[in-house]
Amino acid sequence: MASVGVLALQGDVREHVAVLQRIGVAAVEVRGVADLAGISGLVIPGGESTTMARLLVTGGLREPLTELLDGGLPVLGTCAGLIMLARRILDGRSDQWSLGLLDVEVRRNGFGRQVASFETVVEVTGIGPVAGAFIRAPQIVTVADGVTILATHDHGGGPTPVLVRQGHALGCAFHPELTGETRIHELFLSLV
Amino acid sequence: MTTSPDSSTVGSTLVKRGLADMLRGGVIMDVVNADQAKIAEDAGAVAVMALERVPADIRRDGGVARMSDPLLIQEIQATVTIPVMAKARIGHFAEAQVLESLGVDYVDESEVLTPADEEHHIDKWAFTVPFVCGATNLGEALRRIGEGACLIRSKGEAGTGNVVEAVRHLRTINAQMRRVHSADAAELAGLAKDLQAPLPLVREVAETGHLPVPMFCAGGISTPADASLVMQLGAEAVFVGSGIFKSADPVRMAEAIVEATTHFRDPSVVAKVSTGLGAAMRGSETATLEQRLAERGW
Repeated sequence: MASVGVLALQGDVREHVAVLQRIGVAAVEVRGVADLAGISGLVIPGGESTTMARLLVTGGLREPLTELLDGGLPVLGTCAGLIMLARRILDGRSDQWSLGLLDVEVRRNGFGRQVASFETVVEVTGIGPVAGAFIRAPQIVTVADGVTILATHDHGGGPTPVLVRQGHALGCAFHPELTGETRIHELFLSLV
Repeated sequence: MTTSPDSSTVGSTLVKRGLADMLRGGVIMDVVNADQAKIAEDAGAVAVMALERVPADIRRDGGVARMSDPLLIQEIQATVTIPVMAKARIGHFAEAQVLESLGVDYVDESEVLTPADEEHHIDKWAFTVPFVCGATNLGEALRRIGEGACLIRSKGEAGTGNVVEAVRHLRTINAQMRRVHSADAAELAGLAKDLQAPLPLVREVAETGHLPVPMFCAGGISTPADASLVMQLGAEAVFVGSGIFKSADPVRMAEAIVEATTHFRDPSVVAKVSTGLGAAMRGSETATLEQRLAERGW
């Protein structure tokens, strides 16, 4: 398998690289256009989606990345990465753009500010219980046809999807990369 | 730390340190009003620090510097989508309680404000909101972590526009970590005594070679090249205080420091964003300072 890229403009890049290495996959940090060459998948890490969106534009990465993803490059987004993959963003900046590969609406900080951030166990279809950290996490509020819900979680107010897949894109509201978990990344690699 | 009905744990050490992990590679900017907060977010800041005066003005004005008016913090929270941090005085746990109740995302127990307690820092384990604290050396960093800090920033000398103290503190912490990392097990108790740091944390540094929490840099960063310098010296993100809004063109300076922090290893990017940037903040020679903020706290 060719190496998997981790978007390294900002955020918890190191944790994703470590998980990939732990399951025997070479990871390459993607900061510029040249780093996209030859990757067989891409991880968009946690961080601040507004910062990543801006740096993708200023670094000239937005168009080549959009082309690769529209062409079928498998992608995993966690937290801010999920926001970047969503078709529509609620409570974000009015001008916030996204890659739009997942036909879902996400609400930024939908589980609350940092003082509401939490750890829990999420039941994932086909995997079982997975430890996840929800840090100022986005909440998926609507899901269109064609999107598969792989996990939901009820943190009060009823269950909402927290792990979804559409085609070659996988979006995760929580951080499996912070809890020592590898199975979400293994699931992602099954798409690569 | 509390447990909610769905068996989730709110405010665990993992999620408190985890937010700091999410800020890595980014720039946290001091802002004194909602307009500045918007400029910071537009420029790509990963968080803002809400305060009434930037350190350069605190230094100029003198007097007692305290926690900001909650109204100012709320206005900034209503304006931006990125995390909002705010400062409490060293040892002033009541100010920290107020900031937590306002829902700020990180409390900075900061030497930039006038200390409220000369012997005790805040017991940060008692809070759900995470804390960042300054440090000038490894012992100070580990004492703060022992008290519950989830993020360390090297102190530098705030409000000077002079990066020399930031470099001194980063190099000191790094050199001391290398010393601990290369020590044998029998030496660690003596090192902990010399550093005046908790032995379990010294053991952790000995094993991993780095702090148990992220280490950012603050105090004197005022150009894109300054940001690149401290990132290359091992800082994982930068706090910029007076350096942006005391420069000739704050919008461009903010954008340039964000770019330089992400691409800190690429001098051609740092050169590009530095070109025609206008004057950085004026700055001051630290040898002539009347008040050294970094000496506050212990």
